[in-house]
Amino acid sequence: MSEQQKITIVQNILNANDGLAQQNRDQLLKARLFSINMMASPGAGKTTLIEKTLQAFTPDHRVLVIDGDIATTLDADRAAKAGASAIQINTGGDCHLDAIMLHRALSQVDLFNYDLLIVENVGNLVCPASFELGTERKVLIASVPEGDDKPHKYPGMYRGVDVVVLNKTDLLPYVDFNFEFFSKGLQVLNPNVQVIPLSCRTGEGLKDWFEWLGNELDEFRKNHC
Amino acid sequence: MHELSVTQSILDIVLQHANQAHASKVTNIYLVIGDLSTIVDDSVQFYWDIISKDTIAVDAKLQFRRIHTQFECLDCYKQYQPDGDSILCPHCGSAHIKVLSGEEFYLEAIDIEK
Repeated sequence: MSEQQKITIVQNILNANDGLAQQNRDQLLKARLFSINMMASPGAGKTTLIEKTLQAFTPDHRVLVIDGDIATTLDADRAAKAGASAIQINTGGDCHLDAIMLHRALSQVDLFNYDLLIVENVGNLVCPASFELGTERKVLIASVPEGDDKPHKYPGMYRGVDVVVLNKTDLLPYVDFNFEFFSKGLQVLNPNVQVIPLSCRTGEGLKDWFEWLGNELDEFRKNHC
Repeated sequence: MHELSVTQSILDIVLQHANQAHASKVTNIYLVIGDLSTIVDDSVQFYWDIISKDTIAVDAKLQFRRIHTQFECLDCYKQYQPDGDSILCPHCGSAHIKVLSGEEFYLEAIDIEK
């Protein structure tokens, strides 16, 4: 007769990922490398915003871009062309980056050679939210044509981020986008989050994004010297 | 869509605790999942049937306890469950909200046989 027993565990299901994310964080801190995880749905303009960011930051900063994509190297190629060192992670079908994928990518380079790490997550508005990577800041890029209801429909993604970029504001005259409804959704999930409206196409508002990133970078370096 | 990674994590945790307890078999797995965590029970079960093969947890039943999303409005103090179209308070339209539940995402317990 076999003995039956209940074992109480109470453990976060993604504990292992969170532990690895902490290791990534420690490794990045040791190298004094400021890092951001950029998340968005496909087509929101992640890669274009990264290109603009590289144009603004590569003259004075050494930038590493780690690009998560399901299969191609197109995004990493664009980042390399724009002046950064770029590593492509092909997730092989997975819908998000996780801490171990980032860990492997980080071990391919000498992190002490860089000032800014931009991680471009897989285009997806659901899954990346669950997987901590260990970056210093999390950025969500929304875009006007996606609609003003996205914070209401994808609460998980908007909940844990540090800043929300609202891209493609040049399309506002052509799209029904209620900025107040969008902002109120954000406020529910993330009361103090900063929103930066901009258009990568016209350049309007980009300086606010550069200013946010520059300030965060300076602050980080001041605190970890 | 990320249920495969999640299911793998569940299996890792289950096997670790089952082995520590010298179990010969895992019969039940109790999961607590909030609606905000966007996990689909059927998908987890689907992957479970595939990846738990050849382990002592192969016949274990996954018992999901779903926790509904519950918000409290900090302006009118009414509690509500968001309906999917808007997460604002349906009573007063406020965005000044406290999340009471819905973010749970953990493995509570397992039943084993020795």
